[in-house]
Amino acid sequence: MEKEFVLKVINLNVRLDHQSIIENLSFEVKRGDVLTILGPNGAGKSVLLKTLLGLVPYKGEIEWAKAIKIGYVPQRLPFIKDIPLSIKDFFNLKGSPERETEAILNSVGFQEDFLRKKIGDLSSGQFQRILIAWGLVGNPQVLLFDEPTTGVDISAEETIYNLLVKLKGERDLTILLVTHDLSVVYKFSTNVICLNRQPICYGPPQEILTPESLQRLYGGEVKYYQHKH
Amino acid sequence: MDNQFLLSLIVGICVGGAAGFLGSLMLGRRMALVAGPLGHLTLPGIALALMYDFDVSLGAFPFVIFGIVLIWLFEMRTKLPMEALTAVVFASGVAIAFLLLPIQQAEAVLVGDITKVSFVEAAVSVILILLLFFVVKKIYSKIVLINISEELAMSEKVDIRKYNLIYLGSIAIIVALGVKMVGGLLTAALVAIPATAARNLSRNLAQYAFGAMVIGIISSFLGILFFRLTGFPAGPLIILASTFIFLISLIFRR
Repeated sequence: MEKEFVLKVINLNVRLDHQSIIENLSFEVKRGDVLTILGPNGAGKSVLLKTLLGLVPYKGEIEWAKAIKIGYVPQRLPFIKDIPLSIKDFFNLKGSPERETEAILNSVGFQEDFLRKKIGDLSSGQFQRILIAWGLVGNPQVLLFDEPTTGVDISAEETIYNLLVKLKGERDLTILLVTHDLSVVYKFSTNVICLNRQPICYGPPQEILTPESLQRLYGGEVKYYQHKH
Repeated sequence: MDNQFLLSLIVGICVGGAAGFLGSLMLGRRMALVAGPLGHLTLPGIALALMYDFDVSLGAFPFVIFGIVLIWLFEMRTKLPMEALTAVVFASGVAIAFLLLPIQQAEAVLVGDITKVSFVEAAVSVILILLLFFVVKKIYSKIVLINISEELAMSEKVDIRKYNLIYLGSIAIIVALGVKMVGGLLTAALVAIPATAARNLSRNLAQYAFGAMVIGIISSFLGILFFRLTGFPAGPLIILASTFIFLISLIFRR
């Protein structure tokens, strides 16, 4: 049986500050898929997630399945440590009842007493898990992740990806994931979009991630930086 | 205790508490200093109020609104950092004030004078402060979310423009009321110092917000009390009281 679709994107174009960021991008996500968005820095990956969330103006079509709930986990929250915020406070900002917060914390591997801990006292790996948990409030069917392992050491990085796999199984999640980590793409993805402003390739990673396509994807980055300096 | 002193004390405590409470939001957004330039911008308004004998806050208010619109427009047009813009506004406010200001009235304009507050002024201030308190309480968690990340707030369907407008309006009111108490030069301290002290002492949001409010109240109380005892102007004494609490908070930092 054909899986139901969660998201269809047709001919998406995004311009910000008179610069073209994403050009002619089309893809589809089905229920239970893990779509990775792979590409060099400045390729438009994070902008794509924000566009899908409706935070950025665009041309083209973005069609989400009806009444779908989306959770978003941003790349970094640099200002969060300016405010004395306990984990409980952070979840309250999203209106999460304490019971739900406790259950979610358990599912990302924390005990209930963690609720009173100050966000500023967490390690980067712990904070990343808290962010993931925050994205799970309200039981979303789709999770959008922007580089979930930025600034996290390697052992914590593995924990986070294993956590994502576990959560996906438990909660029947569809996941869209921005990364530049190739091993993640092979391990977890159903499909991958190689993006460097324009789509370079799109499909199951084992089929489309050839040395040639990667050269085209990251070769662009080298030219980009050479051009810049 | 005479009535005039009591009135000053009530207004002082209300404004101090509300300024601390609102200040806890401004600190999170690195906007604590914005109250400074806004305070300075009110100087011409205060000067006019004193020259033509009407309420200082009433004179200050249009200038604060003007300042906020100016900062907001600059930010949209230039994308310069907020502090650079506020510096421009700040200096211009002082410059204009010194063109207008009758020098014999400089003290009240610069460091405030809460001793002449009338009953009607006090009543209006207290009502405004109570309203402000409820509004800020209502928007508090949304502004915290916006402070953490506008994108995150937008992804949670928070109407950022609406909340920012209410937030800036609240800042305008507190600055207009604050200048009467501590003068145009010290309004930034009125919002910033209680919040910084509370931040040192708190481990969660409730402690922080409530702490900033309480420190604002205590500072105003002590400042006005010392004014009564020493005869020095109340405004600087209020600020010094909060600075003292801030220094103590450094010892108990959590």
